[in-house]
Amino acid sequence: MSLLTVEGVWKNYHHHSVLRGIDLEVAPHEVVCLIGASGSGKSTLLRCVNLLETIDDGAIYLDGSDITEVRTDPDDVRRRIGMVFQSYNLFPHMTVLDNVTLAPRKVHKTRPDQAEAEARELLARFGLADKADEYPDRLSGGQQQRVAIVRSLATQPRLLLLDEVTSALDPTLVTEVLAVIRELKDAGMTMIIATHEMGFARDIADTVCFLEGGVLLEHGSPEQIFTTPAHPRTRGFLQRVLDADRL
Amino acid sequence: MTEGEAAPPADSDAPEAAAPAALAQWTKSDRQIRREADLRRRARRSTSIATASTIVVATAVVVAVTASPGWPRVQEAFFNPSQFAAAFPDVWRGFLLNVKIFLIAELLILIIGLVVALVRTLRSPVFFPLRAAAVFYTDVFRGIPTILLIYLIGFGIPALELQGAPNDPVTLGIIALVLSYGAYVAEVFRSGIESVHPSQRAAARSLALSHGQTMRYVVVPQAVRRVIPPLLNDFVSLQKDTALVSVLGPLEALRQASIHASSTFNYAPYLCAALLFIALTVPMARLTDHLAARTARRQMAGGHL
Repeated sequence: MSLLTVEGVWKNYHHHSVLRGIDLEVAPHEVVCLIGASGSGKSTLLRCVNLLETIDDGAIYLDGSDITEVRTDPDDVRRRIGMVFQSYNLFPHMTVLDNVTLAPRKVHKTRPDQAEAEARELLARFGLADKADEYPDRLSGGQQQRVAIVRSLATQPRLLLLDEVTSALDPTLVTEVLAVIRELKDAGMTMIIATHEMGFARDIADTVCFLEGGVLLEHGSPEQIFTTPAHPRTRGFLQRVLDADRL
Repeated sequence: MTEGEAAPPADSDAPEAAAPAALAQWTKSDRQIRREADLRRRARRSTSIATASTIVVATAVVVAVTASPGWPRVQEAFFNPSQFAAAFPDVWRGFLLNVKIFLIAELLILIIGLVVALVRTLRSPVFFPLRAAAVFYTDVFRGIPTILLIYLIGFGIPALELQGAPNDPVTLGIIALVLSYGAYVAEVFRSGIESVHPSQRAAARSLALSHGQTMRYVVVPQAVRRVIPPLLNDFVSLQKDTALVSVLGPLEALRQASIHASSTFNYAPYLCAALLFIALTVPMARLTDHLAARTARRQMAGGHL
């Protein structure tokens, strides 16, 4: 059974449809990459899955139950889903350790000493052991984003949503964040990744989805999408990316 | 091209090769020494101009005031040292009451302001009456002049003859000040809460923190740090508005001063009260400036708040 099912999801903003009937299946341990130009609806789709946006039509199922049903408790859904944002969104008034342990302590009611021990272990695993007591502004962008990933992992989510997590980073810092994501894949984490890093998507994805104008135009294995895209618009997009890279 | 390759400027290439060593060996060039001497000369000139113009303006003011036809009478009425000394103990005792009013009111204002601001952030329809009440409260109590509110509360509540209603003028004065300033402070807190970027809220909610937890652990701590300077500014204003409570009759500084003034027909006690208020508000104003400057510095440095 699939972990997540997105069924005919529509999202409108001011008479403008950002998502137009999206269908998507994500199996456990699967890594799905969403590619497409800015404004194609990748971020909105992730925010809808995390219920940060209310959908206007369709349904989303997590572990077989409809999370877009009116009576669903959004906090119960978010306890099972982690999200990482483009601009890190660390809490600036808290140390790295407090950022990571906040949700375990307050939402999952983990004992503070246990939450701290687990957080320090996770931070150490991603090379951030010596940053635990720093404030976020003392860290580089890459370190901040790794902390944000650790923060979302601390509650042991079933599914991780990554929203263009390298777009705000200096090119030299992108690799350290991508390495973390690769490690998560090896550990079997189910992920939906909106990204502009085509090489990375090709390398890490089990499934690549191409979105344009709020429509999921094409999905398939990375080889199929990147070498023999079926849709002319996918070809056009990949060609533009290639051209931009050549410059 | 050969020129560029043959003779690269020595100092542009050096840091690449051995940056720490090159920095350690830096000695000021003649150009920099001359520039700094120039800057010092300019600074000296600015100081002398500032001093001279201050002396000129101050002298002009003193001359104009003391040369005015009514000056001898004003001097006698406001600056009489013996009247000043005679009134000081009473005015000082009254002033301590002002300080007490201020401290109690300040604490209550902070509580009521934060609660009203938080109520206004509630989105659930269950809370509609509370939210409406909060909006009504801030609209009404910001609109009523403080002195009018003190009259209304101070004379209105005892007139109701309700059982258990306070009729002590100090308590009634504090209630009026709290209601008036609470409305302002609620708006200050609300603007602080709204200034926290929505992405912070999204991050907190994505971690499954409830609305209340998001407010308590993420939004309010950042908001409070940001509004400390405007809050202190309101408190400077509150300190002197404690004198308005005098209209209800408690023996605070202004009341004591006016008792002295009306028995001697001398206004030195008012000057005495004014100086005491200044002595309280000026340090507060400097603290506000200091905190505002620190916040600005931290924001410039991209620091955490």
